Amino acid sequence: MSGKVVLHYFDGRGKMESIRWLLATAGVEFEEVFLTKREHYDKLLNDGALMFQQVPLVEIDGMQLVQTKAILNYIAGKYNLYGKDLKERALIDMYSEGTLDLMELILLLAIAPPEDKQKQLSNIEQKAKERFMPVFEKGLANSDFLVGNQLSRADVHLLEATLMLQELFPTILSTFPKIQAFQERMKALPRISKFLQPGSARKSPPDENLMKTVKEVFSHLFK
Amino acid sequence: MRSGSAFHKRTVQPTWCYTRSSYQAINVPLRITKYCAVPRLDNNATTYGALMFQQVPLVEIDGMQLVQSRAIMNYIAGKYNLYGKDLKERALIDMYTEGMIDLLDVIMLWAIETPENKQKQLSNIEQKAKERFMPVFEKGLANSDFLVGNQLSRADVHLLETTLTLQEIFPTILSTFPKIQAFQERMKALPRISKFLQPGSARKPPRDEDLIPTLKEVLSHYYK
Repeated sequence: MSGKVVLHYFDGRGKMESIRWLLATAGVEFEEVFLTKREHYDKLLNDGALMFQQVPLVEIDGMQLVQTKAILNYIAGKYNLYGKDLKERALIDMYSEGTLDLMELILLLAIAPPEDKQKQLSNIEQKAKERFMPVFEKGLANSDFLVGNQLSRADVHLLEATLMLQELFPTILSTFPKIQAFQERMKALPRISKFLQPGSARKSPPDENLMKTVKEVFSHLFK
Repeated sequence: MRSGSAFHKRTVQPTWCYTRSSYQAINVPLRITKYCAVPRLDNNATTYGALMFQQVPLVEIDGMQLVQSRAIMNYIAGKYNLYGKDLKERALIDMYTEGMIDLLDVIMLWAIETPENKQKQLSNIEQKAKERFMPVFEKGLANSDFLVGNQLSRADVHLLETTLTLQEIFPTILSTFPKIQAFQERMKALPRISKFLQPGSARKPPRDEDLIPTLKEVLSHYYK
């Protein structure tokens, strides 16, 4: 059992996807156990594996880690994706928190009531173009990477976020040439290129089947 | 390092507060030079490009303009040895911390609700606190004075803040959590924390609903 990294979550992106990206970029192999029935969740609960009764859960290095940001911080720190000192880490954290905020907005779209979806979509597009993308365009003005001239989690989160944005708004990067060039460079990195190929652990955008499964597993919350 | 640090923030308790508590716990000289008066925040901070994502909190420290409360707290905790001794301790600290931030966020949003919604949501919050969160910390303190690694960390500071905040709303909520009660007493006796808990310190009162008009004015371009 030691040495294996195991992810417990739904067969979908949700809050686990950024973790999958980071592990893949770090070259860490992992297994996945998908929640498909209420009993799976109950078993994790009864085993005491979920500190706050929530997933994601990642088993790694003898720990049962929950809370997405705790998990991301651990992986980034362990696999040298967190900068070389505290100040670089602060800058990485600022960039990362911004991208994670943006990705959370996109995640919430999946559970938005149909009548709100268009409004939320426009809100995301506007925020992306006015609040977020300009920051990263500027951050990449003179450098291939966002922080410290080397690959960090901030770059991985940015690639993930911009690919998600393009799924919703195909031309959204048209006015951000530095980010476009950044994307091409990142997609060419071997581990990332592999993760972007069919058959990898990367998950598809959420669909109705996924939402149905989530509601079933957490049926007690959707009464 | 500069001799002090400037904080830009309106006097809102929530995300701001965790930052300030951590700072005071390690006695960094706090020179509060610019409280966000409403017009100044709008005119100065964004003009100077100080707000990376157009949001506060903003903390000026060590030549940086830090935004994003987690980025700020991670930096302070790392710099002042409140983040455990290695990556695994940090992971445990982060788990506890993230849980508490979740709970504090719920309370923050509740605080600015209409009075009738507040009443409706009250029992839900109390239930979450008593069933999901407090048992975790009661267990975490079963055999130790501190949550992680037998020494003071940010997780302990956050827990003190969280439990005091809960008690403001539910005065008897800790009655079934003796370990957390004892923890509170020990923490409150620490000199810097004791000082922070006294009147006249930088600690802010729980008056978030009073600030809604100010928030709306400062951020008026979002409330169209």
